[in-house]
Amino acid sequence: MFLKEYISEVVNGVSSLLKGMRKTGYYFAHPKEIITEQYPDNRATLLMSDRFKGEVVMPHDENNEHACTGCTACELACPNGTIKVVTKFEVSPEGKKKKAIDALVYRLELCTMCNLCVVACPSDAIKMAPNFEHSVFDRTKLTKVLNQTGSKIREGIE
Amino acid sequence: MFSLEGITTYVQDWLFMKFNPTLALAMECVIVILLAISLFAILGLVLVLMERKVAAHIQIRLGPNRVGPGGMFQTVADTLKLIMKEGLVPDMADKFLFNLAPFVVMMVGMLLLAPIAFAKNFQIWDINIGVLYISSVSSLSVIGILMAGWASNNKYSLLGAMRSGAQIVSYELSAGFAVLTIVVLTGSLQLSDIVNAQQNGWWIFKGHIPAVIAFVLYIIAVTAETNRAPFDLAEAESELTAGFHTEYSGMRFALFFLAEYINIFIVCAIGATLFFGGWMPLHIGNWEAFNHIMDYIPSSVWFMGKTFFLIFLIMWFRWTFPRLRVDQLLNLEWKYLLPISLFNLLLVAVIAILGWHF
Amino acid sequence: MYNQTEIIKDTSELGAEGELVINMGPQHPATHGVLHLVVTLNGETIKKIEPHLGYIHRSIEKMCESLTYRQFIYVTSRMDYLSSHINNLGCALLVEKGMAIEVPDRAKYVRVILSELTRIASHELWLGAMAMDLGAFTPFFYAFREREMITDIMEDTCGARLTMNYIVPGGLMYDIHPDFQKKVKAFITQFKSKVNEYEDLVTNNVIFQSRTKGVGILSAEDAISYGCTGPVARASGVSCDIRKIYPYEVYDKVEFEEVLETAGDSFARYMVRVKEMNQSIRIIEQLIDNIPEGDFVGKTKNVLKLPKGEFYTRVETARGELGVFVVSEGGTTPHRIKFRSPGFSNLSVLNHIAAGSKIGDLMASMGTLDLVIPDIDR
Repeated sequence: MFLKEYISEVVNGVSSLLKGMRKTGYYFAHPKEIITEQYPDNRATLLMSDRFKGEVVMPHDENNEHACTGCTACELACPNGTIKVVTKFEVSPEGKKKKAIDALVYRLELCTMCNLCVVACPSDAIKMAPNFEHSVFDRTKLTKVLNQTGSKIREGIE
Repeated sequence: MFSLEGITTYVQDWLFMKFNPTLALAMECVIVILLAISLFAILGLVLVLMERKVAAHIQIRLGPNRVGPGGMFQTVADTLKLIMKEGLVPDMADKFLFNLAPFVVMMVGMLLLAPIAFAKNFQIWDINIGVLYISSVSSLSVIGILMAGWASNNKYSLLGAMRSGAQIVSYELSAGFAVLTIVVLTGSLQLSDIVNAQQNGWWIFKGHIPAVIAFVLYIIAVTAETNRAPFDLAEAESELTAGFHTEYSGMRFALFFLAEYINIFIVCAIGATLFFGGWMPLHIGNWEAFNHIMDYIPSSVWFMGKTFFLIFLIMWFRWTFPRLRVDQLLNLEWKYLLPISLFNLLLVAVIAILGWHF
Repeated sequence: MYNQTEIIKDTSELGAEGELVINMGPQHPATHGVLHLVVTLNGETIKKIEPHLGYIHRSIEKMCESLTYRQFIYVTSRMDYLSSHINNLGCALLVEKGMAIEVPDRAKYVRVILSELTRIASHELWLGAMAMDLGAFTPFFYAFREREMITDIMEDTCGARLTMNYIVPGGLMYDIHPDFQKKVKAFITQFKSKVNEYEDLVTNNVIFQSRTKGVGILSAEDAISYGCTGPVARASGVSCDIRKIYPYEVYDKVEFEEVLETAGDSFARYMVRVKEMNQSIRIIEQLIDNIPEGDFVGKTKNVLKLPKGEFYTRVETARGELGVFVVSEGGTTPHRIKFRSPGFSNLSVLNHIAAGSKIGDLMASMGTLDLVIPDIDR
């Protein structure tokens, strides 16, 4: 009858509300469940994944040598013209003229981090680094030249 | 041992000794006014921070923790920001009412501070119709809200104010009936009598079933009266209309904001006085030793502890439940809360006559 | 397009006597993106809703006409950014179908696992955002805690958290992270232990039920005639799961149920999505231990060229059916590409289900349609 329905409605409603309150009360009473990371105070212990696509870099070894041959495969693969390869002609010790890389101009403000350039490179010269703090006050600082000054290509890479 | 009553008697004796009675009385009034205003300011600071921290911990995150140790000065920073904002008055708004509305709401809060007993013998005005005074003065806050909605010259504010007004007026009935339950059990409207009657146990334990039902009804009704979630449709941001304080900015908005938190404090203080014994420590029947130990904790600490527990309960509601639609809200009051509170009043009258409470 | 005076004349005809025309503007806390709704109100009742789109139109379809078949996939991640792997999968499937590229089994398994993880992540975000629209602010944070685990898995394997760009024509861009299986299993365990939290806090809550039951009813015939797909149509009883009807990858080898409800109201749409999350977990459980060894990408030519003709693929994103249609002239770039977005058809039903109800019900209806505006505007 009506009274039984009424009372059961009230009881069911109140018990569902109390169950919800128990859940939130549990989280209030257990502050250990908090997973907030207090960046920028925790830079020392921050764990970034190595594959994180933060920016493109060209790794140089101890002799300041890199692996880029200047083939412009990355420039062709990039969807929006972020990479521009400037080449020059170098005379090798035997007297042959070979094309070599002068500067690999990389515009960080245009990069979409799609990784197509890294996959397209035949000599594994560039890779993605997990650095993500790129804020600058002057936008021209975001146009980077990836090969360091005075570096040259490692021996034996074609 | 620390006792606020001692301080007040000392100050009173000193004043009456040094000055003539009229001047001493006037100075006492000034002291009380200053204390009331500073209590409001401190409560505002503490409650806003408490709300943010409670919300954060329920939502598994940290609250404000950069401004000051543990985020203590966050509200000070917010208040400074609000003071420095430009307080715009809309073009065709009724200037007098527009400026008056926040003050009406604050005044009601201050008037309600008078009969509350913060500690033993530490009440501003122990009037013999204490409960009636509280119910009637709290109804005056609707005027402030309607004034704000009307004077803003904004159809959304008016809609929001009308909805708030309807909500507050309806839920006052249930709150009144819940309070009447305790009055029936005590036999007096005076707040000090109600607190003294809880000497051997709080009413929520002594007046078993009807008191517990009355407490649940009271908590729901005052959550609705202070426009808190889940009944905050009038000021919700994600619904279309933003409520009666849309057009308020700067210091006037700060006053509305403060008045909301003060209202929460006051209704929780009244709930603590009626149901949980006010400043009375927890006494269990005739256990002399236990009662004696409980008496060592100062009565102001008891009062504040109970009030803040009820405030925490109201904040817990806000962060757990979704909002009710406005017709469901009024439906809840008129079809569920009111019949149950009428029935509860009947039940408590029977129990009081037959003496079936502790 | 209209010229300026025509637009003004149009909007002044909207409001009859006693009616209020208001804009739920492009910037609004509840419209999940830049959606402009022109709402005609009579008191508290809604008479008509007219969505105005285009605030985030980025001409993706035109951009793809100048990108090669390897390059155009990254931009589709940004269409419906909550199901980015599934968008990429649709484009990759089309190129593979057109050029008859063989995809190794390992890639197929990982692609399906990633799609289902993306579906769960999208539904988690939807649950949090919808509860927040209705005023319950806490389930948002609990849902994001689970979503955080999924984005951590994505970050480890794919390198990005939102626009992943990991699925290429032929398979995957590089192999999965060695910890992938372990982390996915840890996520499954955590998800199963926390799924009853949403039940306690949202599903069984009497306030939530009374705000969503009987609100925004959509019948099955109307769902079909407006072209709704995905959970919106499945809540009205229309069986339209692409994974069952036109199975792709390894969906024909896994066991899962298509979740159907018959009520067609907001609560039914809510329940369909919650149960879909459980079905996705079931699919992942069946696949995660059996990833075959082998290549992660099939053999493809250096330069991809689709033969001349028209190609169409369809995939089931978290919102519904995404169709990718390419007209190719035999070159390295598509001649014309068109995306049939699920959100566009789902949005068209908003006027039908919300007209005649109150403002408070609009939030519930719109929340359960699960609109992502960049998907609608492209």
